[in-house]
Amino acid sequence: MKRDARAPGLTRVEFARWIWRQLTSMRVALILLFLLAVAAIPGSIIPQSDTDPLAVRDFRARNPGLSEWYDRLGLFDVYAAPWFAAIYLALLVSLVGCILPRTWQHVKALRTQPPRAPRRLSRMPAYRRVEVDASPEEVLGLARAELRSRRFRLAADRGDGAVSGEAGSLRETGNLIFHLAVVVVLLAVAGGGLFGYRATVLVPEGAGFTNQVIQFDNLSAGPMFDQSDLPPFSLDVESFTMDFVDSGHQQGLPEEYAAEVTFVPEPGAQPQQRTIRVNEPLEVGGSLIHILNPGYAPAFTVRSADGTVLAEGPVAFLPQDDNFTSTGVVKVQVPPEQGEDIGIEGVFYPTAVLDENGPRSVFPEARNPAVFLTAYHGNLGLDDGTPQSVFRLDLDDMEQFEGANGEPFRAALGQGETVELPGGAGYITFDGYVTWVNLQISRNSGKEIALVAAVAAVIGLMGSLYVRRRRAWVRADVGPQGRTVVEVAGLHRAETSADDHLADEVGAITDGLLLRLSGSYDEKES
Amino acid sequence: MDLDAVAEWSRYIVAAAMLVYLGAWLAFCAEAGLRGRLRRMAAEAAVPQQELVTAAASGPGGSEPTATVHSQPEPVRDVEQRAERMGLLGQRILVLATVVLAAGVVMRGVGTGRTPWGNMYEFSITGSLVAVVVFLMLARTAAGRAIAVWAVLLVFLTLGLAVTVLYVPPGPLVPALDSYWLVIHVGCAVVAFGLFTISAVVAALQIVAERSATRGLTHGFGASLPSAGALDRLAYRLTAVAFPIWTFGPLILGAVWAEVSWGRYWDWDPKEVWALITWLAYAAYLHARATAGWKGSRASVVALIGYATVLFSYFGVNVFFNGLHSYGGL
Ligand code: HEM
Repeated sequence: MKRDARAPGLTRVEFARWIWRQLTSMRVALILLFLLAVAAIPGSIIPQSDTDPLAVRDFRARNPGLSEWYDRLGLFDVYAAPWFAAIYLALLVSLVGCILPRTWQHVKALRTQPPRAPRRLSRMPAYRRVEVDASPEEVLGLARAELRSRRFRLAADRGDGAVSGEAGSLRETGNLIFHLAVVVVLLAVAGGGLFGYRATVLVPEGAGFTNQVIQFDNLSAGPMFDQSDLPPFSLDVESFTMDFVDSGHQQGLPEEYAAEVTFVPEPGAQPQQRTIRVNEPLEVGGSLIHILNPGYAPAFTVRSADGTVLAEGPVAFLPQDDNFTSTGVVKVQVPPEQGEDIGIEGVFYPTAVLDENGPRSVFPEARNPAVFLTAYHGNLGLDDGTPQSVFRLDLDDMEQFEGANGEPFRAALGQGETVELPGGAGYITFDGYVTWVNLQISRNSGKEIALVAAVAAVIGLMGSLYVRRRRAWVRADVGPQGRTVVEVAGLHRAETSADDHLADEVGAITDGLLLRLSGSYDEKES
Repeated sequence: MDLDAVAEWSRYIVAAAMLVYLGAWLAFCAEAGLRGRLRRMAAEAAVPQQELVTAAASGPGGSEPTATVHSQPEPVRDVEQRAERMGLLGQRILVLATVVLAAGVVMRGVGTGRTPWGNMYEFSITGSLVAVVVFLMLARTAAGRAIAVWAVLLVFLTLGLAVTVLYVPPGPLVPALDSYWLVIHVGCAVVAFGLFTISAVVAALQIVAERSATRGLTHGFGASLPSAGALDRLAYRLTAVAFPIWTFGPLILGAVWAEVSWGRYWDWDPKEVWALITWLAYAAYLHARATAGWKGSRASVVALIGYATVLFSYFGVNVFFNGLHSYGGL
């Protein structure tokens, strides 16, 4: 690999060509491969806002100074950072710049004749010499047949008493297919990023959603994503069940999640029953619906002192640990004439145990569901237009209820139990629970192209790695004793494998040739 | 005996296999020692008469001096025979150990009712099994015999880790792993892991052999190895088999499985990122070898960097990161 020194008086065109030569050199390809590998590392160590926004928030809170630098360098979003894209693009350009001239050369090479036999075949790494009685012309004719049957490409007869053949052009073809396919994969992945989308929506058992942007809790989409592309289905979760390992070392680990759904592919269509499991997403019009994560939604009924129902129904709580201890809030907006708003903060324990350490859940399945709660009164601030989290109370204008003894109000409720709020503010009943499931709706545009190209890449790679490019020569000449001396020799084009294969092959060619010779004699004799 | 017990017992069988491996290792060590002695004896016998010729003969290649046994006095022949016997004994013990290990792996699979590569313990024992089988296939070649001591030691250490730190009692798979993609995807990873491991041992020995050859050493560990060129080719061939498997299993099928399981075929999860880093590193190795001037030990260094990324993809990611792949059971 020659290092082109940049001469002082380069014109712009020359400079561009110099850059191009550098970029398409093998050395730069090597450097870029390494650089991309190294550049990918920080993204696996530093939390990424794309995959784990919570961890990023956590990190920012703990390391404010460092985070500023990380932000400047794009380290919270490595794989979308300009410097990462620069390496990726340089590699892409280098690849294309490498493939085009090589394809051209390869096509030319396939059209040129294998070279003449060297004068001293005995100097080749693999060599055999035998003497036969057939004439040189006959031997050469059969040698051509033998080499052709071994898929050697032969040179036209040069009248020099030798046959030249070349095999294994598939190596270069495979290599080119591989590199080309890598380009296609990279383009398909990039294109998929432009057109794809990913949305999540939390659905309690018994509820549903229609596939529209306003219904999503979360949406991340590429710049070319168009809302009107969303398949117009709607889906109801009839039931969502979770099974956990009952006993043994893995007790409490999830065993299966399954959602029985009714879905309507488009408005007015026939509803269909389906089951979505963890590795069995539902496919609708090119989008996939996956189970992401599940949880419990305890159901409450909140009544005023006179028994009017102020709120009822399940409310999604967020799991906090592996046993699905879940926290959440209930926001009960009360018309001013009937009193103040009520806010409930609760912890839901699917299998509650109360001991000296306080309440906790000992199993993720709801075997002994209980809620521990406290409540607030005042103004929830739901009317002032600022968006609020559904999992937290805005306590600015709220005050905690207090019991008769002045202690903050607390209650523990089993399923079906009711507690009266202090001061006759009303009643809270814990009716039971339903499960909820967070569904992901996503489309990975271009995935088929990426897959086909990736498989083509592997096939090309195998050709490139396992096919050996080699040349073989057979020379036949009348020897001093009047018999025909046949020399067979072979040469590897690339030094990737040991010479024993070559020796084997040259031996096989020789044996094949001898067999043909004896065959032709048999024919003559008969 | 119920199935859980069968799976539990796999641990003791694997531990027993370790003992047998230790026996094989000792035999190989004894063989290496005897061969070292042979070389010293040959050198001593040769030096007085034809100093220069011997140095030249076993020079750059570093190959074993072709001592013509017949003309040597009795003791040399004796040592030679003992070395042969030790080598053969080592091979036999190795086969036995591998049969025991295979039994341990199968028991784990039968006991858990699934393919035995669902956690790091299972991955380690199955990966070791692949490595030893690859090694047994190489054992007929000179380069294969040369790596015996090291390959067996590595397998011994991996199994030691497996039955202690990495051990987890048998159990079912978490839902995301309960898929036939697991069988192929992780299966390819295990096979590639075994191949890369042996390839890394060979690459490391290649560096030693090359250094010893360039310094013209005729004795010592480096000189006892096959030629640097043979080791280089062997390391390359093993990588050439492993690389497409790595491309197909961890990368392509990993993406297919991720799409089925998470709805995204590429999510920049730490495990995915490290599988990619490994892939890029070995692509760099293959390029390095294809470029003139990067053959031999420089390429071997790249191969070792590649193996470091394999180890990190396997141990590091499971231990340090908490991605979608954190099922290591640690
Ligand atoms: C994502 C980027 C790339 C990857 C993953 C990659 C991968 C590979 C692999 C695995 C091989 C081994 C095949 C063999 O040994 O025959 C190879 C060979 C080769 N690559 Fe690349 N490559 C990349 C980029 C490039 C670029 C940019 C160039 C040109 C500047 C290049 C030029 C070559 C050449 C010339 C060979 C053939 C070596 C031979 O004759 O054996 N590659 N590549």
